[in-house]
Amino acid sequence: MNTLLRPAITMVVALTAVTGLTMPLAMTGVAQLVFPKQADGSLIERDGKIVGSSLIGQAFTSERYFHSRPSATTEADPDNEGKTRAAPYNAAASAASQQGPTSESLLASVRERVEANGPAPMPADAATASGSGLDPHISPANAVRQIARVAAARGLPAERVQAAVAANTEGRELGLLGEPRVNVLRLNLALDALR
Amino acid sequence: MTLLGWAQIALVLACVLLAAVPIGRFIARVAAGERTFLHPILAPVERGIYALAGIDPMRGQDWRQYALAMLAFSAAGFASLYGLLRLQGMLPLNPQGFAGMPPYLAFNTAVSFVTNTNWQAYSGEVAASYLSQMAGLTVHNFVSAATGIALALALSRAFAAGKVSQLGNFWADLTRVTLYVLLPLSVVVGFAFVALGMPQTLGAYVEASTLEGAQQVIALGPVAFQVAIKHLGTNGGGFFGVNALHPFEGANALTTSLQIWCHQVISFALCVTFGAMVGNRRQGWVLLSVMLGFVIAATAAIYAAEAAGNPLHLAAGVDAALGNMEGKDVRFGQALVALFTATTTGASCGAVNAMFDSFTPLGGMVPLFLIQMGEVLPGGVGSGLYGMLIFVLLAVFVAGLMVGRTPEFLGKKVQAREVKLAMLAVLVLPATILGFAAISMVLPAALSSLANQGPHGLTEMLYAYTSAAGNNGSAFGGLTADTPWLDTTLGIAMLLGRFAFVVPVMAIAGSLAAKVKVPEGTGTFPTHTPLFAGLLAGVILILGGLQFLPSLALGPLAEHFVMLAAKTF
Repeated sequence: MNTLLRPAITMVVALTAVTGLTMPLAMTGVAQLVFPKQADGSLIERDGKIVGSSLIGQAFTSERYFHSRPSATTEADPDNEGKTRAAPYNAAASAASQQGPTSESLLASVRERVEANGPAPMPADAATASGSGLDPHISPANAVRQIARVAAARGLPAERVQAAVAANTEGRELGLLGEPRVNVLRLNLALDALR
Repeated sequence: MTLLGWAQIALVLACVLLAAVPIGRFIARVAAGERTFLHPILAPVERGIYALAGIDPMRGQDWRQYALAMLAFSAAGFASLYGLLRLQGMLPLNPQGFAGMPPYLAFNTAVSFVTNTNWQAYSGEVAASYLSQMAGLTVHNFVSAATGIALALALSRAFAAGKVSQLGNFWADLTRVTLYVLLPLSVVVGFAFVALGMPQTLGAYVEASTLEGAQQVIALGPVAFQVAIKHLGTNGGGFFGVNALHPFEGANALTTSLQIWCHQVISFALCVTFGAMVGNRRQGWVLLSVMLGFVIAATAAIYAAEAAGNPLHLAAGVDAALGNMEGKDVRFGQALVALFTATTTGASCGAVNAMFDSFTPLGGMVPLFLIQMGEVLPGGVGSGLYGMLIFVLLAVFVAGLMVGRTPEFLGKKVQAREVKLAMLAVLVLPATILGFAAISMVLPAALSSLANQGPHGLTEMLYAYTSAAGNNGSAFGGLTADTPWLDTTLGIAMLLGRFAFVVPVMAIAGSLAAKVKVPEGTGTFPTHTPLFAGLLAGVILILGGLQFLPSLALGPLAEHFVMLAAKTF
């Protein structure tokens, strides 16, 4: 038995020391030195205060801001123990709607979003909830549809808002991979910076 | 589907194939205990581990000793991980102050990571401390992957030589694969991930004040290193709840492409390793091409289904250009989502960069079917190769029946004992999946876990047991998996899928190793030809897949036609 137990236990301990403690701690140290910004979560500061992360979306409801995609994240409900309530863009608990293709309530939500933000056809990313609940992006088509509203609310000419959208549109990686998209938080920060 | 989308798919797969050859040959050298360029740094560590454990790496083990060592190691790993998860509340590196996991959940999670499944009934950022993620889950990402590769190496040795009883030394294989293959690759990939935006910090979650004045708590952690081995070892357990879809775990299309590369490259490379070890490179390529063919076909099916969009939503006024976007983020695009999905389920990885529960019915059926075909396309690291070799034995047996000759593979006669053991292994999957899913579909305690009604609910339940028994770990995420019934039965399904499969495989290895190698004659059925590749693909489809067809007809296929008839639940 000793020929089996001793190596089994020693191996678990030794490999934990190597792969579970030494290497991740060394990686953390080096990453903090070489890529400090990314290693800490690509945080964005304004006037010395952290306003978010360029990789994590935020909820926007004001007419003055471009709106992010619907988000299905939740948080613990303080009034109702053991239950959760809707809390869009809760970056401490990522989640998706998990509604299936023939879900009645998903279809109702989609109809509601199309009605509220018509006219149809509406870009799919605006009509559906993101998978992470934290999608930092919207599609360029979705952004274009919001330009007139944001320009009116801010009293800016549409061209200036359009230029801000263009400046915050990210292309495909290496010109090939992924989809073109607009970073909503960066775009809204750029708008706030406009005078 | 667009040409640009297919160009993305082709680029990623080409990078996988290009790297698989040198990595496969490198693994063959490590398996033989040869000196590599990493030995000046890592050889002292290797020798230190042997000394501490009291192991002689040169001493061979027969199949029973090898399998017992593997089981003892897995049991010790389970015990230590279970203890760590239960006690995390009292241990350091827990900035968010998470409590210890409750018993059912800790059992399920420990089994899940020890069996290389990485099914997650918990959500990382709300339930696991940094110490649990690093010294618990990350460790098992490494060693469960190394265990799978070790078993594949042992089986390969059984084909390589005639009349031997020893299959290598489990402890040496485990240590060498971890140190010389998985660790260096994880370090390189981990740094690439950080450069692309993945956090690697021990700092607490950050509180931000949003532009509209709300508070947003942003979860962080030592993500990059864990995610590197999560993909390289085809483990798939995410640091965060939504896995590779979380912007910190999949910041952009480059990250997601690199992840696809990681969870494909070693499984494909092991085909090359096998070819090198048995001295028949073409045989390795035949296995690889069958795997690749299934991956491409599955990608095309998912891509077509998802890019077309959900007809119910299109009728409600949604534009068709982006395809079905519920449960997906904008940055990846449908092509990379389809490739990621086909590869993560074909490879027993189980990471996701989109939510399968919200896929169209046919798009969601493909990942389910890929797991049901036995996790050999290309399968998990190691487990894919040994699973595929079981199908090869069955294929030569079927061919032997058709032409009336004694079947043989690489000079080893395949006889009644091997075929019986192979069938025993192959039947574990359907018995576990269909058995547990059927019981759960009539148990009120299990049915209350479903998130969706109608045929989609059946698919959710079927997928859960398929994923567990296939040691995949991906989910139709709507299912509330953290209940005593599901935690326990899914845990048992994971154990059966791993160990009830691999023990017969090791018995086959032992019995094959003892046989003489018969020289190739005129009557030998060649197994390195396209004809054999076609036969092998047919055997996988029929023996692996066909038994699940009735359940698929009641789940995703039924839902597809119901959707076309515009009915909702």
